[in-house]
Amino acid sequence: MSVLAYGVAGWLLLVGLWGIVNSRNLVHQVICVSVVQAATYVLLVAVGYRAGAVAPVFAGVRVGTVAVDPVVQALCLTDVVVGTTVTALLLALVVQWHKRTGSLDPDQLTGRDESD
Amino acid sequence: MTRRTRQRLFLAAAAVVAAVLAGGLAGLPSFGHATAQDGRILDAVSVPERHITDVVTAVNFDYRGVDTMGEEFIFFAAVAGVILLLGAQPDEAPGHVADAATGRWVPPTSDAVRVLGLALVGPTVLFALYVIAHGHLTPGGGFQGGVVLATAVLLVYLAGEYQHLHGLYPDRAIEGVEAFGAAGYVVIGLAGLALSGSFLANWAPLGTVGHLNSAGSVPLLNVVVGAEIAAGFVLLLSAFLHQTLILRRARAAPGAGR
Repeated sequence: MSVLAYGVAGWLLLVGLWGIVNSRNLVHQVICVSVVQAATYVLLVAVGYRAGAVAPVFAGVRVGTVAVDPVVQALCLTDVVVGTTVTALLLALVVQWHKRTGSLDPDQLTGRDESD
Repeated sequence: MTRRTRQRLFLAAAAVVAAVLAGGLAGLPSFGHATAQDGRILDAVSVPERHITDVVTAVNFDYRGVDTMGEEFIFFAAVAGVILLLGAQPDEAPGHVADAATGRWVPPTSDAVRVLGLALVGPTVLFALYVIAHGHLTPGGGFQGGVVLATAVLLVYLAGEYQHLHGLYPDRAIEGVEAFGAAGYVVIGLAGLALSGSFLANWAPLGTVGHLNSAGSVPLLNVVVGAEIAAGFVLLLSAFLHQTLILRRARAAPGAGR
């Protein structure tokens, strides 16, 4: 049980990378980047977990009750924001690429503008 | 490089990454026994020192407020980047791009989606404002509430047409709201510098623990962040949907391309 959370984080990282390497569609590839990033969410939350502890929200909970680490959860929020922006920027690039070449195949990414 | 070579290369590299990763993870405290002391200290001091019951918000908007300003500007820059990337290129005009999948049947929006979409707009806006306003009390805040608020606009799009949605708000006004959100954070930070001697110091009266009107300047920061995130997401949505509009016009006027 104790290794499961870390194992899931490692698995998400590797399976996401496998998806990026193996992708046949640029939109799929962008989502794979999100999967890789999901590994960091799992890892951050797992690192801050304390067995039997409450969420670090003391509304209706006495201060001094053992709570999980709030710092990693705050980092997770930063992580989500960065993940969103990366996804948005990559998808914008994909849209433009498809408009220029009519292709969504990562293997066709040659660096040349084929519409010229 | 063929696909098979690439896969073999990856599997070899992934085995190394997995081994290093396993070694690193093995060095972490075992699951359920977090040892970091800063989190413990923050859990203990957030309520007595800052009257903030949600410690995650206390970290983000008070103890680590400067980092969150950076985070807000990352988002600001990304929105600007997407708008720049998705803007009409010099050689483009509406109708230039032809729909690649011609002849497909696009089902019309069902009445159920229209009714449900519009019925959910009100509750979604209310919920978003609730999440933004209670960020210092319970889980939530400007980032989360801002995204929920932008979802309300997405619901209008789902229930109708892009043209209707575009008549709903002028992009200029949304850009103004986004700029207000970004600048507001800095202004509140500077107010801390002027009133309490350090940038982003919590300068407003702390109020009673658990009340909506408490936690000093943190709720103000949540409001400006909420405005920025909501406006930013609406602009992102607009930029992507604008592409759809261009494609639609192309279908209505075939042969418009070169």
